Amino acid sequence: MQMYDLPDAQGHFGPYGGVFVAETLVAALDELKREYEVARHDPDFLAEYRHELKHYVGRPSPIYHARRWSEALGGAQIYLKREDLNHTGAHKINNTIGQALLARRMGKKRVIAETGAGQHGVASATVAARYGMECVVYMGSEDIKRQSPNVFRMKLLGAKVVAVESGSKTLKDALNEAMRDWVTNVESTFYILGTAAGPHPYPMLVRDFQRVIGDECLTQMPEMIGRQPDAVIACVGGGSNAIGIFYPYIPVDGVRLIGVEAGGRGIRTGQHAAPLSAGTPGVLHGFRSYLMQDGNGQVIETHSISAGLDYPGVGPEHAWLKDSGRAEYVSIDDDEALAAFHNLCRYEGIIPALESSHALAHAARIAPAMGKDKALLVNLSGRGDKDIDTVARLSGIEL
Amino acid sequence: MSRIAATFTALKAQNKKALIPFITAGDPAPDRTVPLMHALVAGGADILELGVPFSDPMADGPTIQRASERALKHGVGLKDVLAMSAEFRQTNASTPVVLMGYANPIEAMGWDAFCGAAAQAGVDGVLTVDYPPEESAEFAAKCAAAGLDNIYLLAPTTPVERIATVAKLARGFIYYVSLKGVTGAATLDLAEVAAHLPAIHAATGLPIGVGFGIRDAQTARQVAEVADAVVIGSRIVQEIENSTPETMLNNVKNFVAGVRAALDK
Repeated sequence: MQMYDLPDAQGHFGPYGGVFVAETLVAALDELKREYEVARHDPDFLAEYRHELKHYVGRPSPIYHARRWSEALGGAQIYLKREDLNHTGAHKINNTIGQALLARRMGKKRVIAETGAGQHGVASATVAARYGMECVVYMGSEDIKRQSPNVFRMKLLGAKVVAVESGSKTLKDALNEAMRDWVTNVESTFYILGTAAGPHPYPMLVRDFQRVIGDECLTQMPEMIGRQPDAVIACVGGGSNAIGIFYPYIPVDGVRLIGVEAGGRGIRTGQHAAPLSAGTPGVLHGFRSYLMQDGNGQVIETHSISAGLDYPGVGPEHAWLKDSGRAEYVSIDDDEALAAFHNLCRYEGIIPALESSHALAHAARIAPAMGKDKALLVNLSGRGDKDIDTVARLSGIEL
Repeated sequence: MSRIAATFTALKAQNKKALIPFITAGDPAPDRTVPLMHALVAGGADILELGVPFSDPMADGPTIQRASERALKHGVGLKDVLAMSAEFRQTNASTPVVLMGYANPIEAMGWDAFCGAAAQAGVDGVLTVDYPPEESAEFAAKCAAAGLDNIYLLAPTTPVERIATVAKLARGFIYYVSLKGVTGAATLDLAEVAAHLPAIHAATGLPIGVGFGIRDAQTARQVAEVADAVVIGSRIVQEIENSTPETMLNNVKNFVAGVRAALDK
């Protein structure tokens, strides 16, 4: 597929994306759009962003050949893009650094963020500390329960964590509450949105700040195996790590792009978080995309073992990539993700995030039927230390 | 002339300002909505705003969020809200009804189906919080074709040059959001409201309603000195919340009557 020039000026990816917000926020989004348009062509801004990625985040992150696990599966070779080795333990920091630098350019001294698994909250609190900004993180009270180490981490970093008690008390409600804060404090506050979703220009700028993942892979894979992989696999909640690794590969022929959604207790049970696999187009959180909703257009509660994938919508560029056929989207249920989690621990000595375990599980599903000369590149988007309580509980292990 | 335009014309002739109360359809229970609408009219309401319950009311404060949740517990959706409007219309032919809500329930029903059903139900206007003009020109055209007034928000943050863009699509009246924040917030700055309205008046001949943060008769009166209409939402929803089933209709009517008296003084 040829490279495309999307989103258009109004933030649309075909029928998806856009700016579906209350009037109060329109001017703030216009300001962000204008500022980003200047910043993205400003060599000083880009140099500082790259400098921070190298010296603060520790980029480039390596690619690692999971040799023992590949052998055990008996088929394609599995390569892991090690975003789990980034400072703060996930890909989220690539984006929060970019947005915090934008916030500083715009003279905003207060930043807010929503978080599900807590990875984006930690990454936001981290950059707020790094650049001397006030930080408030909104987090569903259900997620606070299942991700307590990250809550403490955010507090250590000086952020205020606000428990959100409305709706399903998860990521979508945290996003609602962050939007309400922003509409109230729009002049003093920069909203650091954590995924490639939300109103334009967020899906575009989050993609641009995350594409470093895929850009590095384009160079690293030929260095390692003399060619590009046969498929690139990433988990999709809102879709930021996936778009980050997919985007540079879109014009590369012969590379399949596979997004893995959270199948929860199984697509057929309705208890999942897989809008691309089982949803319909709708409008939520400022953009149009696939959405989990009932016949009345009410957003329905999602379920996933992983808090970071527990979101009823998905970034608009993924909706567009699905319709265009350039990327394919599948789902992995809780049990399969958990099995992959344990396997990576045992075979490779790496504890993956439950989110990333969905991508690993899909690699494990398709690798055995492929030849040993085939290569699968999996985005290991985060490390799993935050998930050990959840895994212990689900696996009947006592800590 | 639409019912909304006729209402504003009649009020202007009497040198009066419009009072627009808001309730969420289905709050506290579906069978209370039509009696509440009649109670609002009995108290002196000129136009009714009927909230369409939505699972993710991003622009609403805690009070209207709770109203939405109570209605959703009864499974109230857009179709039910249209049925309630139709029932109200059987016994009230003159008071305009404006639906206020979010885009997704309308998207789920489909624009054509919604416009047809709303017109059929005797609905007069639609205010969709997350449909700014950039995303709703086609929807606005369909509304106009069905005889529905598409009502748009303007905010303190709206740049002057944008007011004209919004005014071009707007019909019925312009809803000026009196503060930066969600519905039901406590801080309305009267001077700021007064300072913003002339630019809007200059861009449109439509009446201007002001809402968000108007909690008592006195503030309503002060706002009415600079605006054509006053919208009161959260404060009325609170009245519903704090009433027993027996006192609810009277309490709501009396509250509205108090605001009416202050406006007409």
